[in-house]
Amino acid sequence: MIKRIIIYSTLFLSTSLNASVLEVGQSKSYQSISVAITYAGPGDTVMVYKGHYSEGTIEIKIPIVLIGISNPVLDGENKYSILQVLADNVVIKGFTFKDVGASYVEERAAIRIFKRTHCIIEANNLENTFFGIYLERCRDCIIRNNTIIGKAVSEMNSGNAIHLWYCKNILVIGNHVEGHRDGIYLEFVDNSTVKNNYVVDNLRYGLHFMFSDNDLYLNNKFVSNGAGVAVMFSKTIRMTGNEFSDNWGSSSYGLLLKDISDSEITLNHFISNTIGIYGEGVIRTNITSNDFIRNGWALKILGSCTDNHINRNNFLSNTFDVATNSSRNNNDYDGNFWSDNSGRYDLNKDGISDIPYRPVTLFSYMILNIHSATILMRSLLVDIFNYAEKIAPVITPSNLLDNKPKMKIIDND
Amino acid sequence: MIKFIKYSFFNLIRSYWTIIYFVFFLIISSTILYFSADLTKSIVSMMNIVTVLIPLVAIIFGAIFYYNSREFTELLLAQPIKRSSLLIGQYTGLSLSLSLSFVAGVSIPFLTQGILASDHLIDFLLILMAGVCLSFSMSAIAFAIALKHEDRIRGFSIALFIWFFLAILYDGLLLILLILFKDYPTDYLAITVTILNPVDLSRVMIMLGLDISALMGQTSAVFLKFFGTLKGISISFISLLCWILIPALLIVKIARKKDF
Repeated sequence: MIKRIIIYSTLFLSTSLNASVLEVGQSKSYQSISVAITYAGPGDTVMVYKGHYSEGTIEIKIPIVLIGISNPVLDGENKYSILQVLADNVVIKGFTFKDVGASYVEERAAIRIFKRTHCIIEANNLENTFFGIYLERCRDCIIRNNTIIGKAVSEMNSGNAIHLWYCKNILVIGNHVEGHRDGIYLEFVDNSTVKNNYVVDNLRYGLHFMFSDNDLYLNNKFVSNGAGVAVMFSKTIRMTGNEFSDNWGSSSYGLLLKDISDSEITLNHFISNTIGIYGEGVIRTNITSNDFIRNGWALKILGSCTDNHINRNNFLSNTFDVATNSSRNNNDYDGNFWSDNSGRYDLNKDGISDIPYRPVTLFSYMILNIHSATILMRSLLVDIFNYAEKIAPVITPSNLLDNKPKMKIIDND
Repeated sequence: MIKFIKYSFFNLIRSYWTIIYFVFFLIISSTILYFSADLTKSIVSMMNIVTVLIPLVAIIFGAIFYYNSREFTELLLAQPIKRSSLLIGQYTGLSLSLSLSFVAGVSIPFLTQGILASDHLIDFLLILMAGVCLSFSMSAIAFAIALKHEDRIRGFSIALFIWFFLAILYDGLLLILLILFKDYPTDYLAITVTILNPVDLSRVMIMLGLDISALMGQTSAVFLKFFGTLKGISISFISLLCWILIPALLIVKIARKKDF
């Protein structure tokens, strides 16, 4: 919050001290944006009125405020990057960017900022831009309330909607992101926040984290992306209040965790995903107070995950609640509610079932090794096997159990 | 033949057993709906009942029905009527009354819970269809067995074994097969073997609607691709029809040669 106040106040000061306004439009003093920018001094405001501007790549070399009045269109004519920002404290607001055009050679983007700080990109529409907003080695920037809609068909020739590389303190908030390769892509991005975004129908991941530490993402919605959300090789990430739904496919996850440590996954909803959370090399992470509803596998936690706490979650009508490939368990599964726990009873009325529950079934273990055995799902034979294994575990990890399964659904809201 | 169907059908729906069977389904579906809060879960429980219990009841009841009406059948056969039309008539009447008890017993509680407006309507219809198909096919098998074996004990044992084989043993054999060949792609092997068993086939068809998110994963997408296409659906349907028609033809064939 303090950081934001500082950003706003510095911006306010820099624009208000010697603010002159340059107007661009058909009946205004300037007809071209690039010409107006060359005449602008630091801190000036350039107002662009409604119209269609195709000026190739526009470079902004001084700190200015660029405002579009009633959505002027900046056209990349399928050949150019549109805005190239080479100055600090630039504000870009209220434009429609369109047709950047795919390229196999360069990473063209509608807005590209290189090695700058304190920029704000706000309330723009991006249509059919290859990469949408591309930040490289930037700090303290805000990307807010933009609508970025692409027409990605294959992973090979599509870009990411919001692409952050080697950045710090970035705030990505309230954007609508649709139809790209990755919705929001963060690589080597630290101390950043991704909040209230709606990410839908992207080919690969809705949100992709690589080598990014100390980040927070909350209250986002990730719907029917090719493979959900991926968090890889990162630590101390907090994920709160997000919704992951309808991520279906042969390698599809609500949330993919790979080599993550010391993170928090709380109060999220995982609804109708092939795999709710897939964890590989996850260490010291808390998965608490989440709802897993109608997923194929709610949790697929591989043997390489240790010291994780999975508590106070609701597992409702999932085909498999927990699957693992190891015969040992190093994680804590206590105090969840399992809708498949049919043998629960509570004599001392403390809300906790008197007998422990084993969430891993023999069958879920079996189909990890023999995929085509899925066809036997829900057959009487499999039920008999599962029951026998539950009474006397031989193959599934004998210490993977919930010692305090809850009797009733936990109210997480 | 129509006369025989009509006669045995009306005779059966007035009998105690059919009414008990109907009441059984009424009670069990109401209980399932009452105890599981969510409709998906009740459909899953219904599926287990349909694929396990219906074959058992149909095969046992079919055999009982034939053995009990044996004297009467002999008496009728003394009249100038065709053997095949009498037996097929009796068989059809039996299957119809079993199916009716099942459909009515299950539909009433589910309809009052508003299944028509829910998105599980197709799953529910599939369950009804699978139940009816299994009733027809299993009672035909029962009839053929009872016709072949005069000895009741022998007939019942064979009928029970066939149920046990189709409902449980078959899956075990399939599982062993899949484990043996686990280094090879076994998807189409699994599909082929499943199609050959009416109990498994009904289970898979219902399951595809329910566990769609699990099935989308891994290699199981192949199953969805197969059973989701017109080709897959028609092959499954033909297989189910074969399981009704072949035992029915067997009844005709055995009846023709049998020395009453």
